[in-house]
Amino acid sequence: MSGIPHDHYEPKTDGEKWLNSRLPIVGLLYDTLMIPTPKNLNWWWIWGIVLAFCLALQIVTGIVLVMHYTPNEHLAFASIEHIMRNVNGGYMLRYLHMNGASLFFVAVYIHMFRGLYYGSYKAPREITWIIGMLIYLMMMGTAFMGYVLPWGQMSFWGATVITGLFGAIPFVGGAIETWLLGGPAVSNATLNRFFSLHYLLPFVIAALVIVHIWAFHTTGNNNPTGVEVRRGSKAEAEKDTLPFWPYFVIKDLFALAVILVVFWAVVGFMPNYLGHPDNYIEANPLVTPAHIVPEWYFLPFYAILRAFTGEVWVVQIASFVTGGIIDAKFFGVLAMFGAILAMALAPWLDTSTVRSGKYRPMFKWWFYLLIIDFFALMWLGAMPAEEPYATFSLIASAYWFAYFFVILPILGVIEKPLAQPETIEEDFNAHYGKADAEATPAE
Amino acid sequence: MFKKLAIGAAFALALAPASTFAAGGGEQHIEDFAFSFEGPFGTWDQHQLQRGLQVYTEVCAACHGLQYVPLRDLEALGYSEEQVITYAADNFEVFDPELDDFRPAIPTDHFPVNDGVGAPDLSLMAKARAGFHGPYGLGINQLVKGMGGAEYIASLLDGYTGEEKTEAGATLYENTAFPGGWISMAPPLSDDQVEFADGHPATVEAMSEDVSAFLMWAAEPKMMDRKNAGFVGVLFLTVLSVLLYLVNKRLWAPVKGKEH
Repeated sequence: MSGIPHDHYEPKTDGEKWLNSRLPIVGLLYDTLMIPTPKNLNWWWIWGIVLAFCLALQIVTGIVLVMHYTPNEHLAFASIEHIMRNVNGGYMLRYLHMNGASLFFVAVYIHMFRGLYYGSYKAPREITWIIGMLIYLMMMGTAFMGYVLPWGQMSFWGATVITGLFGAIPFVGGAIETWLLGGPAVSNATLNRFFSLHYLLPFVIAALVIVHIWAFHTTGNNNPTGVEVRRGSKAEAEKDTLPFWPYFVIKDLFALAVILVVFWAVVGFMPNYLGHPDNYIEANPLVTPAHIVPEWYFLPFYAILRAFTGEVWVVQIASFVTGGIIDAKFFGVLAMFGAILAMALAPWLDTSTVRSGKYRPMFKWWFYLLIIDFFALMWLGAMPAEEPYATFSLIASAYWFAYFFVILPILGVIEKPLAQPETIEEDFNAHYGKADAEATPAE
Repeated sequence: MFKKLAIGAAFALALAPASTFAAGGGEQHIEDFAFSFEGPFGTWDQHQLQRGLQVYTEVCAACHGLQYVPLRDLEALGYSEEQVITYAADNFEVFDPELDDFRPAIPTDHFPVNDGVGAPDLSLMAKARAGFHGPYGLGINQLVKGMGGAEYIASLLDGYTGEEKTEAGATLYENTAFPGGWISMAPPLSDDQVEFADGHPATVEAMSEDVSAFLMWAAEPKMMDRKNAGFVGVLFLTVLSVLLYLVNKRLWAPVKGKEH
């Protein structure tokens, strides 16, 4: 293994040796748990464990919910009420699952923006980043299909709008939409296939999470300085790192517990705040809700989808050049997926040799603006599609693309980075005011 | 800088709104009634729920059903098993496929479906409506004052101006809480329409509040259990956080070169 040098598992007893020569599973777990981790990781590095917790929470509550849920267009809504009223603790299971999705997305967005700020996507961690983007895409699919299952008004009409996006694809869109829905419109067939996939995808995500962890355990974690761990010898590496267990496990668990206090308060005291009241009305194909609004975590990309209307000159040019194949609707769909693709391409769009935003005086401000832009898009996605929101959406969408395709490439060339610390040890000691760099042995 | 900005951002994100319910009507007015069940510490007012049930039974049930609410759940309002049996048998008839006929309701039945005149079912009405989701669609009002479903129902029942108009052969009544301002439901309540056993005044406003509280219970009968679970969980997790904080501090002290 080309990883950071560290102690490996040595089987001691005869029994351990017997097992290890047949299946080195203990060694695998030991190496995973004792992985050398940069000791200067700050609190932005705790969201990975929150995400792992969310996946487990959603799978466990989901499996129990399925024991009481009925995926049928006439029975689904009533079965949710059965869970809420008759199943022991059912109201908690469902509210945990509902709000668990929100915690999942809060965590994944912070995790992603942490990566964008500290340059965690840069070589040699591109694969980790790409796998992460795949996980994020799967999460969006899973969350969307999960939202359809209660078969409320927003479930039904949300499904109609989102599957309609695929209908915008030129030539084959209509056929794809029918194939996805299992018919000409959202129906029982749609509900059943969404239920099946909603159960399947979390396990695909779990597999991708293992690959994600495998990838960054091979390259080692990034850290707030972006400086690599010294790998010349084990002794040298130990000056920059601490084993994951117990140092980071305990730190992460503490952070998780604090986050769960807030999460539990939301579930216990305001479980419907992040939902939409219309989803407590059973799905009715004959009545369209006044405003069809996606869940909050889709709003930024929903805003980008809606921003590119037929009046925008970029859209008109695209339409003219392609002879009308790319119309406004399809352009919006391309923009929405393009906004996510732009993030996935960040490793190759960022030309700076410096990883961490801490040492990039110009990058910092563009990054802060990107955060503001993200929240602006989220707010705009919830607003009606009319002026002045339409213009704001267009500006905010333009900045999103400009950040990845213009600002990141240019900054690397024109920016003068600040001095970075030589080693992680130096950064850590400077932070804790230890003048001499003598390594204090852990007792 | 990044830290502060992002912490603020994270909180804003955690509390970001999903719905823009009140964006429709414009001049819609939802009164902020003070219900006893609001907030983390709020509890049901059992007398109010019983009065609300009476209003529902004597007035609303003529047109509206409560199909998801089992009659047996009424024991939660402070009634005995016998009282619930009597209430069910006296007030409702349900169709029994085994008898192929109607029979008086028993506690294991639900309140019957009632879609005779096309009136919506009220089981979940208090969760399917909401109060003002502003300002600027940010949902801060609901964060402070709650979702506002019961407020909406009470405001609607108490929001008739007395004006009416005929449109396409249907009579519409002006209502300050209804989106668009005109509703097809005639004003259902008038002063002293019901006589409360506890001698509580039966004004339109009082009855509106009582029946809204009852409908909130009907929509979320496990609300108090949920809040209890909330308190137990928050308390337990807070203690766990403190313990983990202390473990973490002690664990890292030698590494950080601090006293321990």
